[in-house]
Amino acid sequence: MSADEAAASGDAGFEPGDESRDSALGWRDYLLALVGDKVTLAAAAFLALLAVATLGADFVAPYDPVQLNLKERLLPPFSAGSSGIPHVLGTDELGRDMLSRLVYGARVSISVSLIGATVSALLGISLGLVAGFLRGALEDLIMRTVDGMLALPSLLVALFILFLIGGGYANLVLVFALLHWTVYARMARGLALSYRESTFVEAARAAGCRDSRIMIRHLLPNMASPLLVLFTLEIAILILSEASLSFLGFGIQPPEPSWGLMIAKGRDHMRSAWWMVTLPGVAILLTALSLNLVAAWVRTVSDPVQRWRYLRPRHAPQDESGAQGG
Amino acid sequence: MRHLLYRLLHSAVLLLATVSFVFFAGRSIGDPALNILGVNATEQALETLRANIGLNDPLLVQYFRFIGDVLQGDFGVSYRFGFSVLPAEVLREGLGKPVLPLVLDRLPATFFLAGVAMSIAIAFALAMGIAAALWPRSAIDRIVTVLSLAGVSVVQFWLGLMLIVLFGVTLGWFPTTGYGGLEYVVLPALTLAARPMGRIAQVVRSAMLDELAKPYVTAAKAKGASDVRIVLVHGLKNAAIPIVTITGDELSALLTGAILVETVFAWPGIGLLLIDSLNRGDLPMVQAGICVVAALVIAVNFLVDVAYTLLDPKVRFKQAGP
Repeated sequence: MSADEAAASGDAGFEPGDESRDSALGWRDYLLALVGDKVTLAAAAFLALLAVATLGADFVAPYDPVQLNLKERLLPPFSAGSSGIPHVLGTDELGRDMLSRLVYGARVSISVSLIGATVSALLGISLGLVAGFLRGALEDLIMRTVDGMLALPSLLVALFILFLIGGGYANLVLVFALLHWTVYARMARGLALSYRESTFVEAARAAGCRDSRIMIRHLLPNMASPLLVLFTLEIAILILSEASLSFLGFGIQPPEPSWGLMIAKGRDHMRSAWWMVTLPGVAILLTALSLNLVAAWVRTVSDPVQRWRYLRPRHAPQDESGAQGG
Repeated sequence: MRHLLYRLLHSAVLLLATVSFVFFAGRSIGDPALNILGVNATEQALETLRANIGLNDPLLVQYFRFIGDVLQGDFGVSYRFGFSVLPAEVLREGLGKPVLPLVLDRLPATFFLAGVAMSIAIAFALAMGIAAALWPRSAIDRIVTVLSLAGVSVVQFWLGLMLIVLFGVTLGWFPTTGYGGLEYVVLPALTLAARPMGRIAQVVRSAMLDELAKPYVTAAKAKGASDVRIVLVHGLKNAAIPIVTITGDELSALLTGAILVETVFAWPGIGLLLIDSLNRGDLPMVQAGICVVAALVIAVNFLVDVAYTLLDPKVRFKQAGP
């Protein structure tokens, strides 16, 4: 047991199943729990670093991502640059600095996924909330549509739509929003259904709240954590989709750098310049993996039954060994 | 039975929706005659072609004609394969190659790839998931968790490229691209297996954890059943429902994933054909390809439902009862 974990458990001197203490968990408990969990901490740190690099690309990137320099093409990582700044991650077939392209590529790949996920979440959660709370014919219509769309292969439909309307940043966001709202709608409707008959909704109604107020002020906050987990996972899925669609030539279009496009370009130089194809793929892998790890952590921490695993590190191993022995 | 009949009807409606979608979406990109003959075609030739293939009829008439044709297995003729050399007049005779047989020709290769990939995925996922469930919170459990998350987080075509570089180019163990004997299927199948392996392993793990904590396992243990028997006979049988459900889901995802993997490995399946046709603007081929893949996915979902009915005694007896 590390010092971090001991520090976290020192704060948590209470018995499992102590509901009153559970509800009093503050942000400090979560922060300590995060520090105690090395893998998730690393993932969160990577995402934070990525966010800083992406937002501050203009300051972080050592070179202009589209600046050609044919004298320095296909340099391996850690090569010296003529301008005095080394090419830490090498250069591509046109002599452009890989690190700079990765940082600017992150900006495109992540923002398109983030915007796509946000738009589809807003759309899906609204429709799901309305379907689950108001019910009726509208619910049937919405949920039939969701069932139908979820049964079809979404990457294929995305390809077809992009084939018809053309690729590019805006169209990619449009396709993501059109195809991915369904998962939010299904989850939001399920949650709304389960809370619909609960006492707090009844109380709100008795107090004279209108439907819209009940949905937004009373239901939505109770649905936040599973939806947040879904949102995080969806960002990872959209980053992968963007890469796939751009790789096939139907996503982000060439002058813009995106991770998927960089892999597509790197494919042509796979045998001579391994870094060109390897690095953007590693970037995607680390980003998606970090998002998945953080989502799994949020899911566990926000689950009252399971959260003791992270929030009470001192008790957890004992409980586990006890269960094993008995 | 009624449940399955309802599901069958649902599948049919979905198929109809897909066919309608590809028809109307296909029409939204403009004049098919212009797409077929190209921008250099004379107005005369365009007009003849429009009249010949019925483009002057109202859209709804064309739609029902399309549906009727599709029901007879006719998705039209390819814009590209054996088509460009033919004069516009002979289109009426249907001398351009019909697309559906061309699409169906590619199915065996895709099925072969998907079958091998799924077998690999299931075998590894069961081993990984059971190991993780037997020793929760151990080093094995953590490795399995990170591996399965990595399988879900990796870009499939990139993994394929990495395998090509490592095993094809550097080590020279397997051919990098193409179609032939068993050695050709190894790398694409491994690439395709990564994601379902991760997803299924996670479900196996949690389902087995649930089952192993139940009283009947304790009872079996008390009777002296061996660990192997408890896990493989008692645990796995009862954990089967979620595992079958996720496997079905992943099988549909695998069919889509094959599009990318086939492109990377030049594997002559339906995915490679689709991407080629998209790049050439061969609309009928694309429409047929999408409908065939969608039909496969819908069929897989239906079969999962049937399997679900057979596996779950609660569902099974409720259906069979009076």
